[in-house]
Amino acid sequence: MNLPVRTQGLTKRYGGLTAVRDLDLAVRAGEIYGFLGPNGAGKTTTLRMLLGLVRPTAGTVQLLGRPPAAGRLGGVGALIEGPAFYPYLSGRENLRVLARYAGVGPDRVALVLDLVDLTDRAGDRYAGYSLGMKQRLGVAAALLKDPRLLILDEPTNGLDPAGMADMRTLIRRLGAGGCTVLVSSHLLGEVEQVCDRVGVISRGRLIAEGSVAELRGAAGLRVLADPLDAAAARAGELVGPERVRVVDGGLELAVEPERAAWLNAELVGAGVAVRELRRRERDLEQVFFDLIEKGTTDVR
Amino acid sequence: MSGSYRAELAKLVRRPASWLLLAITLVLSLVFTYLFPYASIAGGTDGPNTDRTLPMLLPEHLVGNSLGGLPVFLGAIVLILGVLTVGGEYGWGTWKTVLSQGPSRLEVYAGKLLALAAAALVVVLSVFVLGAVAAALIAAAESQPMTWPDAGDLLTGIGAGWLIATMWAMLGAVLAVALRAVALPVGLGLVWMLAVQNLLAAIAAPLLDWVAQVQKGLPGPNAGSLEAALGAPGDTPGVAASVGGGQAALVVAAYLVAFAALGGLLLQRRDIG
Repeated sequence: MNLPVRTQGLTKRYGGLTAVRDLDLAVRAGEIYGFLGPNGAGKTTTLRMLLGLVRPTAGTVQLLGRPPAAGRLGGVGALIEGPAFYPYLSGRENLRVLARYAGVGPDRVALVLDLVDLTDRAGDRYAGYSLGMKQRLGVAAALLKDPRLLILDEPTNGLDPAGMADMRTLIRRLGAGGCTVLVSSHLLGEVEQVCDRVGVISRGRLIAEGSVAELRGAAGLRVLADPLDAAAARAGELVGPERVRVVDGGLELAVEPERAAWLNAELVGAGVAVRELRRRERDLEQVFFDLIEKGTTDVR
Repeated sequence: MSGSYRAELAKLVRRPASWLLLAITLVLSLVFTYLFPYASIAGGTDGPNTDRTLPMLLPEHLVGNSLGGLPVFLGAIVLILGVLTVGGEYGWGTWKTVLSQGPSRLEVYAGKLLALAAAALVVVLSVFVLGAVAAALIAAAESQPMTWPDAGDLLTGIGAGWLIATMWAMLGAVLAVALRAVALPVGLGLVWMLAVQNLLAAIAAPLLDWVAQVQKGLPGPNAGSLEAALGAPGDTPGVAASVGGGQAALVVAAYLVAFAALGGLLLQRRDIG
């Protein structure tokens, strides 16, 4: 399988603190991969190791098939831990300087400024930019080389809602164009809307990986009914008691949502008044918190 | 490599601090090398360092006069430029931005060193050009002969000045890499150049023979010896012929290479925070 990002046993220790622990990451070609984790989980340290900015204590990194320290990061664009540019230069001048490092022509500068909608303010000094403009310039810099692999660390930080929507659209468009995108974020909704697969990191360990649907798990049913005890008993008889849980004054049933009409009829037939019956899906936030809690417990 | 050099040169040229430092260099050079001595001669003032006579300000002494400021204040300014050029990347957090574009650390570092060497040459040439203008004006005002150093002496002087200025710039660069900052390397560099070197020369060396011997291996005294060998006035701070000119040139060159290599080694081995 073609894996633009591949880490094996990646570990980084700072003295007695293990920031990243035995991390195996595999990002597939052409996918948009969400890298989730709470603050301090090791996301940025991992991304820094991917780019060769931080040297791993143990383990290996392969970016587009070769270690990042072996030479130029050809085909890779990145925005790591917020934008950083030269304050005395304009946005355009900053990109022109970076284009020289990247070995790309000045025509790319105009193109990427346009892509992030910054052309009108490109002549202004970077020092005068708002946080959102700085962030967009950071993404523009990451796109300078027309990368096959794009690594974005919290790309929507500082953007207003319209800017966030634009960023999601841009990431989707890049993904659709064949670019592999690894995006770290703590905004679950954002990841949910954009990413094909998600990896969750907690305390430096990858504790879950899969598509958003896989992480959410199978959908079920939620039932509000009176009397609740009778409803729970009858539901247990129908689908098995291990599939029935009483949560927040209602029932959560681990059954296929397609069986809702049948279940409703059975409950009503048993004298239970069904007030509400709807499909239940765990949102990513719930999954995330469950995983983090479990991961934290496991690490302990 | 050439991309990194061009990028570094563009940053250096567009940075206002670079021009400010050049302007300060030229003003200091003009004021302390020509203006104050000439005013003293013209006004007949008596006091310390008033043994500079009019002939010493004339075009014939252009090489020595132009090199005179390098051991102390001009060197200090070039050191600051070295710190700013490398340390700025730490201060602004732009190492990651630059390295994410693909060049290796050593490519970027080499680009910086080359840009610093070019800047050092510009500084030295500017000092020589300004000195030539000042000396010519004094000669014209005093109806003195306009005798210029021959081309060989001029080129040797410019080369020596470039070597010394680049060495101080490399010291700034290595301090910036070692301390990963701007303010502390500038402070420590200036303390070394302006205080420690002078204390060693003025207080410790006359008292202790081994300090006097150690001094002969330090960058400042060797820079001063090289300048003295090329005619820099002996009353200029930091200018003293403690070793021969040839040896001094070799030691300064060795320091230049050592500072550059040490900076590269540190940059290569450490994490970019």
